[in-house]
Amino acid sequence: MLTFEGAAFRQGDFTLEADFEIVAGGVTAVIGPSGAGKSTLLHGIAGFVPQVAGRLMWDGRNIAAAPPQDRPVSMLFQDNNLFPHLTVMQNVALALVPKVRPGREVQDRVEDMLARVGLQGLSARKPAGLSGGQQSRVALARALLQDRPVMLMDEPFSALGPALKDEMLDLSVSLAKGRTVVMITHDPADAGRIADAVIGVVPGRALSPVATQTFLTDPPVEMRDYFSPL
Amino acid sequence: MAHRLVSIIPALIVAGLVIGPVAAVLWRGGGFTALSDADADAVAFTVWQAFWSALISVVLAVPVARALARRQFPGRGALIAVMGAPFILPVIVAVLGLVAVFGGRGVINAVLGPLGLPRLDIYGAHGVILAHVFFNLPLAVRLILQGWLSIPSERFQVAASLGAPLFWLLEWPMLKRIVPGAFAVIFVICLGSFAVALTLGGGPRATTVELAIYQAFKFDFDLGKAASLAVVQLALGLCAGLVALLLARGDMLGAGLDRVVQRWDGSRVLDAVWIGLAALFLLAPLGALVVAGVPGLALLPEGIWAATGRSVMIALGAVVLTMALALPLATKAGEAASLLGISVSGLVLGTGIFLIVQPYVRPASVALPVTLLVNVLMSLPFVLRILRTGVDGAKADYGRLGASLGLRGWALWRIAYLPRLRRPMGFSAGLTGALAMGDLGVITLFSRPGQGTLPLAMYELMGRYQMDAAYGAALVLVGTSLALFWVFDRGGRVNADV
Amino acid sequence: MKKTLLTVAGLFAATTAFADGHANTLTVYAPDYFGSEWGPGPSIEAAFEEQCGCDLVYQTGDVLPRLLLEGENTEADVVIGLNTDVTKRARESGLMAPHGVDLSALTLPIDWDDDTFVPFNYSHTAFIYDNTKLDGFDSFEALLNAPDDVRVVIQDPRSSISGLALVLWVQAVYGDEAEAAWARLAPKIVTVTQGWSESYGLFTDGEADVVLSYTTSPAYHIIAEEDLTKSAAIFDEGHYFFVELAAKVEGTDNADLADQFMAFILTPEFQNLIPTTNWSFPAALPEADWPEGFQTLPRPETVLFYSEDEAAALRDTAIDAWRTALSQ
Repeated sequence: MLTFEGAAFRQGDFTLEADFEIVAGGVTAVIGPSGAGKSTLLHGIAGFVPQVAGRLMWDGRNIAAAPPQDRPVSMLFQDNNLFPHLTVMQNVALALVPKVRPGREVQDRVEDMLARVGLQGLSARKPAGLSGGQQSRVALARALLQDRPVMLMDEPFSALGPALKDEMLDLSVSLAKGRTVVMITHDPADAGRIADAVIGVVPGRALSPVATQTFLTDPPVEMRDYFSPL
Repeated sequence: MAHRLVSIIPALIVAGLVIGPVAAVLWRGGGFTALSDADADAVAFTVWQAFWSALISVVLAVPVARALARRQFPGRGALIAVMGAPFILPVIVAVLGLVAVFGGRGVINAVLGPLGLPRLDIYGAHGVILAHVFFNLPLAVRLILQGWLSIPSERFQVAASLGAPLFWLLEWPMLKRIVPGAFAVIFVICLGSFAVALTLGGGPRATTVELAIYQAFKFDFDLGKAASLAVVQLALGLCAGLVALLLARGDMLGAGLDRVVQRWDGSRVLDAVWIGLAALFLLAPLGALVVAGVPGLALLPEGIWAATGRSVMIALGAVVLTMALALPLATKAGEAASLLGISVSGLVLGTGIFLIVQPYVRPASVALPVTLLVNVLMSLPFVLRILRTGVDGAKADYGRLGASLGLRGWALWRIAYLPRLRRPMGFSAGLTGALAMGDLGVITLFSRPGQGTLPLAMYELMGRYQMDAAYGAALVLVGTSLALFWVFDRGGRVNADV
Repeated sequence: MKKTLLTVAGLFAATTAFADGHANTLTVYAPDYFGSEWGPGPSIEAAFEEQCGCDLVYQTGDVLPRLLLEGENTEADVVIGLNTDVTKRARESGLMAPHGVDLSALTLPIDWDDDTFVPFNYSHTAFIYDNTKLDGFDSFEALLNAPDDVRVVIQDPRSSISGLALVLWVQAVYGDEAEAAWARLAPKIVTVTQGWSESYGLFTDGEADVVLSYTTSPAYHIIAEEDLTKSAAIFDEGHYFFVELAAKVEGTDNADLADQFMAFILTPEFQNLIPTTNWSFPAALPEADWPEGFQTLPRPETVLFYSEDEAAALRDTAIDAWRTALSQ
């Protein structure tokens, strides 16, 4: 259970408030108009945006003041997910050890994970030598290998074509089974496809999660200006 | 907090290393001495020439850097490297090279004369500025070129496909961020000008603060006066630094994956003209030095090669020390602190350190670290100017990714940042090495007869009427400095996917 | 900046570990040009070490400022390479000891009986020109009256010892009219350089027709290069005397060796080395023993000279006249 207790995150002069729970082990989509604060919410959970009020509880522990690396979180960014100077192997291995020359055992685990995301035989390449879809898979492989209970996705596949994006979302969710996934999307169809619940975000405030089907057919009143029901 | 300390401590060290010696000289000199009218004139002239020198250098550097950034042609890398040479030339050599081209008996007047055109007179305030532009245009071009290269090529693609105005969209924001800093560094370098201003200034109208300090020290032994003038220098340098920091606001443009992308904008012809003119301006005096130096190579005394070896060793030491200090200092505060180092007279700095250490150790026994230190302090401002662009970019682009992966401290630098910094580090290491190589300061340290280094040997030959051999030595010096620069600069680019 | 650092680092010029504290090491502070491999330093060192059985070590840099900064803690036993325009301050510092050397061997064109400073060579400030291009000038007046397209390069009196000698020379010749004289010379002055080397470089490169240097400068070209085209213009009004001096340091912990070196300066052995290494007239050597190229050098009939007190008193006036006239 990821619990926001009167939480507020501040980025520059923008503040986002949140006061709800996210059920552990499910997939939760975050939907809202651009600029409302979707990214602020995710970066707040990850610890990149300072929390200025309330508590953020995970497993009964307040992580509001913890530095990013001490949070139970892995993250897929919108872009700049990969270090361009490192190979696929090196990029992914960073999930396990902070070394650019990982040991045999780490390499095996990386290869194994790369195989699971469909990237056999590409571990020696550098990001510039991969397609956009392949780059996404590398980032996903690393986030999965980090083995943190919460996986945050800040529209990492938004640059991909619709078919490829759907494929990546399905792959992500299936491989991340058992983890708490929170993903931003601007496409309700994405939410309908994979999410158990939806958090609506209006400027300055993140609303409590609502079951996906309910959200899509009967959106919260605050969302109605932005979002028309299916 | 620990991270902040890492940068605060070196900043305090740098500030202390500058302010401490000035205070020591002031104390020994018995306090401030009132400045005379002549001193006030010197301050006014110093600021005036430094302002125009810096302004013209950066304004000219923009089109040249842009042309170099967007055109690929055979020999481009070599041209960029060689065009950097004036910045690392010993002053006296560069001045003689300039005179060979622009002087009364120089190439230009040899052309103008027969055509019945008015003669060009290099001597005067404009000569000082010309020489300073000659010295600093290479630095300005490289700093601004670095800015251009920091714009990911994907952004150019996006903008080009949108038909968006590249300049206002991508280049102007970059320039706003880079140019004030480049201006400030060059302004401060020119504040300390001495020999150039004197030789090409044509007379006492072109008196700089540094000369006034030299006179106070050498002839009057008026340490109070020297320190007072050094405080004026400090104040000027600090103002320049603060103004630059205030102006140099603006967002990082962020990184992409930096595939080489061809650009189709701009006029090829115009770019060629800019590159051609800059190359001619920077390389013609060098060419004159080569012509003058080749016959002298045969006259070089045996000892010159050992001297060259010593110079190279000193240069390598300076590189290591400067890099070790520069990386933690690559922050705003660090850069401001570093400007202190170059704005204050090297003479006062050295004298102050001498006074401080004298009661405790024989100054001679700490000569090596102290001289290296003075050299490093002088190199830091432009090294930081170069590195900060890269460090800020690396932090903005990969700081969060690094943190989300649990990378911290040294691991974060080693894995995420340093590889992104190879280019600027190679470039600034090359500059530091080449400058230390050409600097006379480090040299006199070993100046027992037969123990000198290359620039000193060159200077001594000149002082012994042996001009031809001195030109030969100058050629060896320029060649070695350039080679050193090239090795580092190249090392920063080989296999760098950034 | 680079030249400045030279001075700075000169302050730190190191004695080597073995040189320090040994009773038979003589530390001599000398200017760079003197101590360099291509200056008189090495041959003098070799000659002296042969007779003293000691080790002579030069520390090069700006001799006087360094000595004044160090005060009584100085490592110097002897200083060499000062001239009369700056010795007043050295004397007043109380750091110098009487030399006790018999000066009767001196062959200077002026009387010298100073008990602290021993001259080791001399010359005169003079303007050098290329005798294949110019006819020369037989007086200061002739130079001032020369057409303005004669290009003259001089050194700055605020940074160069030869530049300072020049303004004192003009002061000696023109007195209260010095500023007017400078105003007449000003249009011909191409530029003013920090030091002698830059000026002389501009001259040999053909950028200037006339350079401020010394009456002994042509000797280098004659002897070392067999080039007879460089001449010193000898003026009727006379030339400013330029003498280089050595002194013993009061606080020396090696007084015997220092005395021995001071006495060595005036011996023929030392003096014979001077002409072709320091390119100056030896201070204590009969003319017949000079190298041929020196014997035939034209020398001025009148030698102008300010004692150190006079030079110190006139210095600011002379520099101001120069500065005012050239700033117009």
